[in-house]
Amino acid sequence: MAVSETTPGRAARERAAEYLIRRHYFSWPEALPWLIAIACFFIFPDRMTFGSQVLIMVMFALSLDLILGYAGIVTLGHAAFFGIGAYTVALGFVKLGWSEPITGIIAAGIVAGIVGIAAGWFILRYRGLTLLMLTIAFGAMLLESGNIRSDFTGGYDGLPGLTFDPLLGMFQYDLYGRTNYWYVLVVLAVVFFFVRRIVYSPFGQALTGIRENVRRMHAIGSPVHRRLVTVYAISAGIAGIAGGLFTQTNAYVTLTVFDFDTSAKVMVMLILGGTGRLYGAFLGAAVYMILEDKLSKMSPSFWQFGIGLLLVVVVMFAKRGLLGIAEAIGRKTKRGQA
Amino acid sequence: MPQLLTIAISVLFDGLAYAMFLFITSVGLSITMGLMGFVNLAHGAFAMAGGYVVVSLTRSLGIDFVPSLIIAAVVIGAVSVPFERVLYRPLYKSTDLEQVLLTIGLAFMAIAGFTYFYGPIPKSVPLPDWLQGDVSLGFRAFPTYRAFLIVVGAALIAVLWYAFEKTNIGAKIRAAVDNRRMAESVGINVDLLFTLTFALGSGLAALGGGLAIQLFGLTPSFAVLYLVLFLIVVAVGGLGSLKGTLLAALVIGIIDTGGKYIFPQGGNFFIYVITVLVLLIKPAGFYGRE
Repeated sequence: MAVSETTPGRAARERAAEYLIRRHYFSWPEALPWLIAIACFFIFPDRMTFGSQVLIMVMFALSLDLILGYAGIVTLGHAAFFGIGAYTVALGFVKLGWSEPITGIIAAGIVAGIVGIAAGWFILRYRGLTLLMLTIAFGAMLLESGNIRSDFTGGYDGLPGLTFDPLLGMFQYDLYGRTNYWYVLVVLAVVFFFVRRIVYSPFGQALTGIRENVRRMHAIGSPVHRRLVTVYAISAGIAGIAGGLFTQTNAYVTLTVFDFDTSAKVMVMLILGGTGRLYGAFLGAAVYMILEDKLSKMSPSFWQFGIGLLLVVVVMFAKRGLLGIAEAIGRKTKRGQA
Repeated sequence: MPQLLTIAISVLFDGLAYAMFLFITSVGLSITMGLMGFVNLAHGAFAMAGGYVVVSLTRSLGIDFVPSLIIAAVVIGAVSVPFERVLYRPLYKSTDLEQVLLTIGLAFMAIAGFTYFYGPIPKSVPLPDWLQGDVSLGFRAFPTYRAFLIVVGAALIAVLWYAFEKTNIGAKIRAAVDNRRMAESVGINVDLLFTLTFALGSGLAALGGGLAIQLFGLTPSFAVLYLVLFLIVVAVGGLGSLKGTLLAALVIGIIDTGGKYIFPQGGNFFIYVITVLVLLIKPAGFYGRE
């Protein structure tokens, strides 16, 4: 009797495990963004400073994808963690003389992650507008406190002239930012495979469940609040690492990293690329940064109008972002062949 | 001691004027969000547009300040209807995220458009003589413009309260906020009601935007700069509640003015502290439905 009861349960569990393993396999197209990133190094050797900024925003958007795309937490305050990471590295250098870069970004990730646990524990009990307002208010509070103590943070003038040790004690930074580009690309790869592993784990499936139907997850006994706080802290940590890299590659930081605009910008990038699919962050951040670079040179207000229009069009006609469009076209051509 | 009292009175007076601005601009947002649960981040853009209409009417056409305010409110209220019909309507049943994106996109477009036509430099309006200087209230003098703001706010509160509590249409709106499905099934046309309240809310936002020019100056970024404040008033007060919006506007207006008096570097810090505290204790705001 006991056996006949567990057999269907076990079969279902095995099917689920098999599904997860299959999704976890790497497919060939996944190498594409990395190949493009490496190719860019050889094609645009003098634009590597810009390239590093694109990769940093990819990492930041990736951290947002983890909570927005997978766990369904709508936040307009994610810049808080980016800023905490950026200031951990900057203040570590100014106050403690901490100039070793790799331990610097690890510290940035840890500090941002701890703040993420604390903030998440309070605010993730709520949903909808209340949650949105709490994330905005939290980011704004950090910005205001940074401004109050501008003797300490440098305020909107920022902390300029930060210099860091050569990477691993071997690689000097060059004028064109080539060392930085490789540095950021390697860190991004490490972070990406970590995120990918989380997303296809049972934990990641539970997050998707929370996004899709939180009541049902409560009903089947899933510890919803703990899972949300955990993923929020991980995402905060990754945003912190991105912020730390931002400080290191720019060699300065100002309070604008905490701005509402920064939070809105990273969300726009992610939505543009497509949420809940990891590579949306790559495509969205790259397209956004390149368009911004080209169009805002022509006219800043032209660029702002364009990004607004783009958002309206994406919401009205392409809810799943650029990758969603690509997938739809891919499906259509496949059907055409068959 | 009398000096402390003087300070307290000025803080209370300035706070009250600020609260009236917050109330006028946010009340429409609160009701439309309560009716449809629609997160409208373009509300600040309607306020900003109203401000620019007032600037154009007074500066280019030479119309007086007060009639300009009324014309701006009517014009923006009317202009908001096609937006609601064409762009907002398809997204009523969508997720918060899609509504946030659409409306923030509209706000960006509005900022860019108004920067193109009016430039990024702050604008001011010519005030009539009777709104300038100070007005004496027996024991001391107050700035006339702020007194005017308080009077306008109080009058609007009275009108809105009457319309909400005593008229047929007000009863319908309250019913729809409480339970939209039930209201629909007893034959209330909630869609039409929503269009009406949306137009009214946008018109009031435009009025608020026009009134704010003298207080803060007007730039295109007004649309986003003060948006967070309006959202805070709405969230702290509770969606769809007139009483809640008024209470939240008063609490935030007065505490912020007092906070800035005691600790000028603090900026908006106090507002965010109040917001977080209120929402942690009462997630649906003062008078919101849990």
